[in-house]
Amino acid sequence: MPEPVTFLGRATALVGTHEASAIEMGARTLLKKRDRAAAEFPVMEEMRDRARAIRLHALSNLDRLLGHFADRAEEAGVNVHFAADAEEASATVARILEETGSRLVVKSKSMVSEEIELNEHLEASEIEVVETDLGEFIVQLAGDTPSHIIAPVLHMMRQDVGRLFEEKLGVAYTEDPTELNQIAREHLREKFLQADAGISGVNIAVAETGSVILVTNEGNGRLTTTAPRVHIALMGMERIVSRWEDAAVVLEVLARSATGQRLSVYTNVVTGPRREGEPDGPEQVHVVVIDNGRSEVLAGGTAEILACIRCGACLNACPVFRSVGGHAYGTVYSGPVGSVVTPGLHGMEPWWELPYASTLCGACEEVCPVRIQIPSMLLQLRAQAAEGGRLPGWLEKGMSRYTQTAVSPKKWARAKRWASLLSAPISSKGWIRHLPGPGRGWTDSRDLPRPAKESFTDWWRSNRGS
Amino acid sequence: MQGPDIQLFVTCLVDTMAPEVGRASVNALEATGRTVGFPEGQSCCGQPAFNVGLWDMAREMAAHTLDVLDGTEGPIVVPSGSCAEMLIHHYPALFAETDRKEQASRVSERTVELTRYLTSQPEAPAASCDGCEVAYHYSCHGLRGLGLAETADQLLEGVDRVELEGDTECCGFGGLFSVEMPSVSTAIMDDKLDKVETSGATMLVGSDVSCLMHMEGGLRRRGSDIEVKHIAELLEPGDA
Repeated sequence: MPEPVTFLGRATALVGTHEASAIEMGARTLLKKRDRAAAEFPVMEEMRDRARAIRLHALSNLDRLLGHFADRAEEAGVNVHFAADAEEASATVARILEETGSRLVVKSKSMVSEEIELNEHLEASEIEVVETDLGEFIVQLAGDTPSHIIAPVLHMMRQDVGRLFEEKLGVAYTEDPTELNQIAREHLREKFLQADAGISGVNIAVAETGSVILVTNEGNGRLTTTAPRVHIALMGMERIVSRWEDAAVVLEVLARSATGQRLSVYTNVVTGPRREGEPDGPEQVHVVVIDNGRSEVLAGGTAEILACIRCGACLNACPVFRSVGGHAYGTVYSGPVGSVVTPGLHGMEPWWELPYASTLCGACEEVCPVRIQIPSMLLQLRAQAAEGGRLPGWLEKGMSRYTQTAVSPKKWARAKRWASLLSAPISSKGWIRHLPGPGRGWTDSRDLPRPAKESFTDWWRSNRGS
Repeated sequence: MQGPDIQLFVTCLVDTMAPEVGRASVNALEATGRTVGFPEGQSCCGQPAFNVGLWDMAREMAAHTLDVLDGTEGPIVVPSGSCAEMLIHHYPALFAETDRKEQASRVSERTVELTRYLTSQPEAPAASCDGCEVAYHYSCHGLRGLGLAETADQLLEGVDRVELEGDTECCGFGGLFSVEMPSVSTAIMDDKLDKVETSGATMLVGSDVSCLMHMEGGLRRRGSDIEVKHIAELLEPGDA
């Protein structure tokens, strides 16, 4: 069977599956931890305000900050590259690897590398790429894709991982998380020692010193950026703040919102390659600053989405995400933030449907550490999609007729009478069990009350009207 | 001649599908000692079109609603957090750059959701329901859009309530989302209804007919005998 091509198709296939229950359980656990951490931090709300201001300031000064960052980073011995799109970014990485004679690459988690499909690109040039974040390692081993921006294997239970390791790594089955971790560690340790280059993402870049910050819980980020000869850091161009003070505020809300930790286990700062007299660190550090559609987003109505610090809290809070998981979205960035980012970066076609994958309940905005107004951006994107004529005909035509009816009291009164009359033969004891056409969407799982025989307006006229 | 103290904007769903909620709202409002008016010609606030992105159509319906309401005086009370939010927050945005800007902001400022209006009155009616175990669902737009939570709690003080897990989480309705993406809408609803059923409630209460219609439809399809009521229906004197 071919892969369903729409969000709805993928989502419908996922509802009620083992994968969906794993997501529901995992996302709720993360959300509970987030809520607890937020409640325990007396200045959480104030920090959110500050983080928001810092991120918005960075977005409105992006050119200047990136310029500063590049200058300071180069002074520290970093090679800074700018890539306009995915292809250029991947080509830049491939070129660096070729120039440094790198064949084996270890990677720590980087969503932007998923966005530009770096692994596929590099594997085509016969470079071995090994994911070292436990979740990403499992995803790679399974030939799967991440289902959550910070927890790539949220869709798998530990039993699934046990079976995967047994099959792919030839080890005895275990479902003990510590043992599973140990198996991955042993497998990866060798790779770290042999690797020529390490590729990482960037959580925050700090303009004033040209540093990049990586946040991990497993220590793989530190190994990736120190053990191999070459370190390549990939960053979306918006991932920047002015000063260390600002980075500290973002870190305060990042781990709390993501996993409920006060701080992630490892906060790794890279400012240039190994200096003379230092015992470790790479000989070369490259930072690739990636645009890939961000400039266009920045110029449009959803620019604020670039303030996102990729904590994933909005995914965990979203009832739609929790019901189906990240794979339903068909792209790297899922959940509420993804539904705004993806059409922005990659265009409305074919992604216009994602902004509709929301009940507009507002839970995302409620937990967002930088208070991004996601629902209002989803609405804006819906308006763009509708204006572009992308809505199904029944919906647009139906809404047009409804509008003409609603603005005419005569037509409104007549429509109510007709609705009540026409529903009589298809209802029983005041309820409708089956509707034809698009109405089936409702009655496949829900009864519908029959429209009232006497509308409120009619009642008012008979009883209260003057 | 002195007009009524307050105006009821009853919403299209109450008008067509749940007129009893409109009647109960009138009774509850009158219990505060105010007189209630029902501006003629009202229909839909335009939210369904707004939420699917058909903003020109939303503007047409909103303009009609503005014309119906702007000629009246006093608070405009809406028995729905969602529709109230549409008038309060989205009308000013929809008409920001039009000659209806002033009108939209006048109507927005006068609009107030029912439970908020009632609890702001010195003689707020109290809910009663003998022998009921009530689970209350806080609908999203009222809760997160208008900050309503205590208002319902206050009105329900005299009622036996059960704890409903996830009572501030979305029920999966989402307007046309429920028809456009029925599988996802139903998955969210099922999670909600499981919790309603395990809460031990005999009655599910909320303050938005839309979400309630969705959940009641789901409960009926399950064969559940849990009653579903709008909070206004519990406020009627002698309705217990």
